[in-house]
Amino acid sequence: MVFSRNIVHSAFALMFTLIGVAALYVLLYADFLAATQLLVYVGGILILILFGVMLTTQGHSFSFKINSVNLIPASVLSLATAVLLIFAFTSTEWTIAEVSERDDTVYELGMMLMGDYILPFIIAGVLLLIAIIGAIVMATRLTATSTEG
Amino acid sequence: MEFSIIEWLSDPGLTHFLIVSAILFSLGLMAVLSKRNVIMVLMGVELILNSANINLIAFSRFTELSLDGQMIGLFVIIIAAAEAAVALAIVLNIYNRFKTINLDEISLLKG
Repeated sequence: MVFSRNIVHSAFALMFTLIGVAALYVLLYADFLAATQLLVYVGGILILILFGVMLTTQGHSFSFKINSVNLIPASVLSLATAVLLIFAFTSTEWTIAEVSERDDTVYELGMMLMGDYILPFIIAGVLLLIAIIGAIVMATRLTATSTEG
Repeated sequence: MEFSIIEWLSDPGLTHFLIVSAILFSLGLMAVLSKRNVIMVLMGVELILNSANINLIAFSRFTELSLDGQMIGLFVIIIAAAEAAVALAIVLNIYNRFKTINLDEISLLKG
């Protein structure tokens, strides 16, 4: 995804990455989160990104080329981060709990959402409402100015 | 040596998921640092959020934390959705005003 020069190829590679992450969630007994990942990321965010790509391509050239800058410092920094993180992860002695088989997590997650996590749940709902209103306001102002100008 | 690596790979545990998330994080960092297209930078941010989510859910699976990690992962997904919507609206506004989404050319605030 990162090394492609075509931004549409990057978006599709991001789709396969997100599907792979959803598969990892299934392997970790997080079935509800895997479904949410598929719905929200692959069905929502990726479509938004593709719309952004289509609406912001410059001119009529239909070239989705992107150029990279700072290649050497960026690769050095990210490689150093990867090596450091992997070293830290592999050299730490994790205390692994006894892995238990888990059946579907939807019921327990729902009970937790309505119990201990009721305040973050409501705050997340209000945040989504504010985000939707903000996005709509910005997008409509965009079309208004573009039609006037 | 090779046999031990194969044996290590055939028994996935907590470390394997953490390594996958570290690789995703560094790739997202690479995208954020080296691309000058705003949408590519947004995709890198999504990768970083996903790697953090893998970490949370792997810890919730392999430790005593039970479902708390999954709950935080759920909130991370919600916030990522809100962030993507607002960020795309801002990108559209920037494109409308500057006719470019190259980060190096949007330098109006530069002194």
